Amino acid sequence: MRNFHIAIIGGGVIGSAIAWELSKYNLNVVAFEKSSDVASCTSKANSGVIHSGINSPTGSLKARFCIEGNRLFQNLSDKLGFQLKWVGKYIAAKNKEESKELEKLLKVGVKNGVPGLEIIDGKDVKNKEPNISCYKALWVPTAGIILPYSFTISLAENAVKNNVKFMLETEVLDLQKKEDTFFIKTNKGDFQSQILVNSAGLNCRDIVSMLEKPDFNVYPSRGEYLVLDKKYCNLINSMIYPVPPKKLGVLGIHITPTIEGNILLGPSAEYIDDPLDKITTKKMMETLFDEAKELMPSLPNNSAINAYSGIRCKLVSKEKGGWADYRIEESKKTPGLINLIGIESPGLTAAPAIAKEITKIVSKSIKLKIKENFKTIKFKNKRFSELSSKEQSNLIKKDESYGRMVCRCENITEYEVIKALSNPLGAQTLSSVKFRCRAGMGRCQGGFCTQRIVRIMAEKFKIDINKIKLKSKNSNLFYGRTREKEDD
Amino acid sequence: MVELERKKMINLNVDIAIIGGGPAGLAAAVSAHENGAKNIVILDRNSWLGGILTQCIHDGFGVEETGISMTGPEYADIYIKKAKKYGIKFMNETMVLQIESNKTIKAVNKKGLYDIKAKSIILSMGCREKTRWSVLIPGDRPSGIYTAGVAQAFINLYNIMVGKNVVILGSGDVGLIMARRLKFEGANVIGVVEILPHASGLPRNVVQCLDDYDIPLYLNHTVTYIKGRERLESVTIAQIDEKRNVIKGTEREIKCDTLLLSLGLIPENELSMKAGVEIDEVTRGPIVNQYFETTVPGIFACGNCLQVYDTVDLLTIDAKKAGKYAVKKMITQNNNIIVQTGKGVRYVLPQIIDNPGKIHFTLRVEKIMKTPVLHVFADKKEIFKKKLPWANPANMIDFKLDISNDIINTKDSIEVVLYDG
Repeated sequence: MRNFHIAIIGGGVIGSAIAWELSKYNLNVVAFEKSSDVASCTSKANSGVIHSGINSPTGSLKARFCIEGNRLFQNLSDKLGFQLKWVGKYIAAKNKEESKELEKLLKVGVKNGVPGLEIIDGKDVKNKEPNISCYKALWVPTAGIILPYSFTISLAENAVKNNVKFMLETEVLDLQKKEDTFFIKTNKGDFQSQILVNSAGLNCRDIVSMLEKPDFNVYPSRGEYLVLDKKYCNLINSMIYPVPPKKLGVLGIHITPTIEGNILLGPSAEYIDDPLDKITTKKMMETLFDEAKELMPSLPNNSAINAYSGIRCKLVSKEKGGWADYRIEESKKTPGLINLIGIESPGLTAAPAIAKEITKIVSKSIKLKIKENFKTIKFKNKRFSELSSKEQSNLIKKDESYGRMVCRCENITEYEVIKALSNPLGAQTLSSVKFRCRAGMGRCQGGFCTQRIVRIMAEKFKIDINKIKLKSKNSNLFYGRTREKEDD
Repeated sequence: MVELERKKMINLNVDIAIIGGGPAGLAAAVSAHENGAKNIVILDRNSWLGGILTQCIHDGFGVEETGISMTGPEYADIYIKKAKKYGIKFMNETMVLQIESNKTIKAVNKKGLYDIKAKSIILSMGCREKTRWSVLIPGDRPSGIYTAGVAQAFINLYNIMVGKNVVILGSGDVGLIMARRLKFEGANVIGVVEILPHASGLPRNVVQCLDDYDIPLYLNHTVTYIKGRERLESVTIAQIDEKRNVIKGTEREIKCDTLLLSLGLIPENELSMKAGVEIDEVTRGPIVNQYFETTVPGIFACGNCLQVYDTVDLLTIDAKKAGKYAVKKMITQNNNIIVQTGKGVRYVLPQIIDNPGKIHFTLRVEKIMKTPVLHVFADKKEIFKKKLPWANPANMIDFKLDISNDIINTKDSIEVVLYDG
C-alpha cells in the first residue's frame, strides 16, 4: 500500500503525537523519519519539562497549546505508561529588579488560567530548597518532568500498533502536488497521500520549499546541557529557573531534576548556521556551570557525567531577537499541506494538544470514524530492577533471560534488551536500545554492556556486525572481523 | 511478608563468598582453601572465570611471581585449575545485586534470585574504565569512541575490528597494549596522546608497545575536540601548559575514525558502599587494615577494587593474603592506628593498623622524583627511612615495616612521607 490518506513528515514528538492521534481513526497514515529512530533530534535533546503556560502571551498558540497539553499529560502518562512527575518549578529572582519580572509572569500566568501560582520570599524558598539562594521566587506547581524520548517513543510505537506505517531512515527527497494528490519521493520509494503534514521540525522550511515559496526563515539556536551524576540528585527537589533573558527568547539556563535521578544544567542559547551542528563546547560547559552556580552556589565542580546539545527551531533571527508564535495552519497556496512551523519550547508540552488540532483540520476534508479495534500498549512496565524479590523470582521462572544482567550499572536484564530490540518501529541501533531500556546510560556509559548488546544483536537478531550502528545510518560501530575464517 | 519473599529466593549458606572471579577473586579463593576454608563460592557475572585476563592475550603475566612470562589466559588458567581441583564452587553469569553489612548477598542468575549467607565476604569486583565524560571532551558524539578495554574485548574475544585509523588518548597500560594490538591487526595507529609529562603506564610497556613500533607518544598533549556527526572523522589535539591550559597555536586536527580512551581505572565499589564499607577518597577502594579487612567486620577486599595494581603478580600476592585472613580471622583491637599520607604521597595501604607485626605497605607517589627518600614517622619520631632508586606515579612502591606494640599503644597515627633529594 503506497497510497495513504495522510503522510506525516518527521518523527519527532509532534509527528509522533499526530501519528498516534490519527491512528485512533479509520485512516491510512504513513510517517517518514529520516533518522534511524524517532526522537532523534530536538525531541530527544531538551529539558523534558511539561510547562505550565506562564511564559507565552495570552491568546498565542504557544500559550493555548501549552495549557491544553499540560492538562492532557496526566491521563497520557497513565494510559501510555511513560513516567511523569509534577515536581513544580521556582523562577528565582536574584534581586528586587528581577522580582518585578516575577510579577509580570504571575500576571500572564493568571490570565492564561495557570493555577496555584504564588510569589514567595527567598527564605521560604530556602526551606523547600536549601541549596537555592534567591531574593524572591515564583512558584509554579503545575510544571512537571518526563523523559522526552520515552514519551515520543511511546506515541510512535502505539501509532504503529494501530497500523500507522512508520518508516525510519526515510528521507523525503521531493514533493509534488497534482490535483488532489501529493506525490512523495523518498529514498525508500514513492508514496501518495491526500493530506501532507509537515512536522519536520528544523527542516520544516525545506519541506515547504519543495511545494511553494516559503514566507519564513528558520534560525537554529543551539542549547547545550550538562548531565550531573545521580549521586547529586538530592541537591534540588523542584526545577529551578532564572528570570528569563528576554532578548534570546528562551527561558534561561535552569537546573532540572530528571525522572532517572540525574540533574540537568542548561540549556544555553546560541544562534548557529547549521541546524545539524549538535556539538558541545568547552566555553558553554563553563557557562552552564557558572550560571547554575548563581542559582545554586553549592553546586559541586566535576559533578557532570555527560554533555549534549539540542537545536531549537526559531522563527526570529538573532538580530531581531525576542519571541515568535507557532504557525500551525493549512497552506493557502497548497491546500492539503498542513504546516507546523517554529515548534520550539513548549513544543513537548504542546504536542498532544497540537495533535488534536491537526485531527480537527484533517476532519474538515476527511470524515473521521473512530477505529473499533484501537489498542493501547503500555510503553514501559516497571523495570526488573524496580520489582520486589518475589516478582523478580517469578519472572525468572517464566523466562530465564530475566536472570541475565546485561547492563550492570542500571541492572537491565537480557529480557529488557531483547524487548527493546523487538520494538514495533524496528529501530535497532545501540541508541534505540539505550533510550528504550536505559542499558548503557549508567556510570560506566556502556563499558560493560555494549559487548553484550552487540552479541544479542548479532546472535538473536542476526544483524550483520558491519551494520550495527550507534545511532544513525552511517554511525557504524565496527570494521568487519579481526580475522576472517580461513577456508581449508 | 519478608519470610514469603525469602521462600521465593534460593537460599545458600557458605563460609566464604567471593564477589568477582577475576585474578584477585581466584587467588583469594585458592588461598582461602589452602588455609582451611571448605565451603567457598565465587560469584561472577561472566560465563567464565579469569575476568579481564581472558581478553589480555599479550604476555608478561607471572614474571614477578613465577619467573615465567605468560599470556593472561595462561596465567588465569593456573588458578582456575587449582580452584577446580579444590572443588571451589563457581556461580557464573551471576550478578550480585546487594550486599548487606550482616554478610547476606542478594544475587541473580538464570535460575533465580539467591539469598546467600556468608561467614566472610571477599570483595574482588575489579575496576571500570573512565569514559570520555570523565574529562568532558567537547564536540560531536559520533560512533568510534571506545575505552581501550572495550576495544580489547571486541578484538580479542569477539573477533570484531573497531577501527582503522586510531588515535589513543591516555597512556595507561591498556592503552599502550592496545596500540600494539591494533598495529598487529593492520590498523594505522596514529599516536598516543598523554596530558601528563610522563606516560601513565609502565615504562616497559612504553618501550615494548610504542617505541618498538614507532608509534609516537605526545606528552603534555590532550584531545580538545571530537568531530564527526555519525562515525568519528577527526580529533583535535593540542599541547598544554603546566596548568593544563591549551597553548594557543598548538592545536591540530588529526583525521581518524577511532578514538581509544585509556584515561585510567576506577575501582568498582558500588556494592561495597551498599554494604556500608568506607571508601578511601584517593584510592576509591575500601579502607582496609593490615588483614585486608574493610571497615565492616568480616568483609575483606582485594584486587583492583581495593587499589589499581601495576601488575597481576602484585595483585595476586595481596589477594592471597586477603583469602588467608578471611579464613583465619584475626582478633583486631579497638585501639587501632591510622596510616596518614604525608608530603609527596598520594595514598598508602593499609590505612589502618590493628595489631603489631611486620606490615607490608603499598603506596603511590604524587609526581616523578629522581632521588626519593621514604620516611615513616610515629609520634613525630622517624621510625623508618629508605632511599628509593626513583619514584613515578605509574609504579607502585612497597616496603615492609615492623610496627611495634609501643607504636600501637600510642593510639596515634603514623605518617608516610616522601622527599626528593
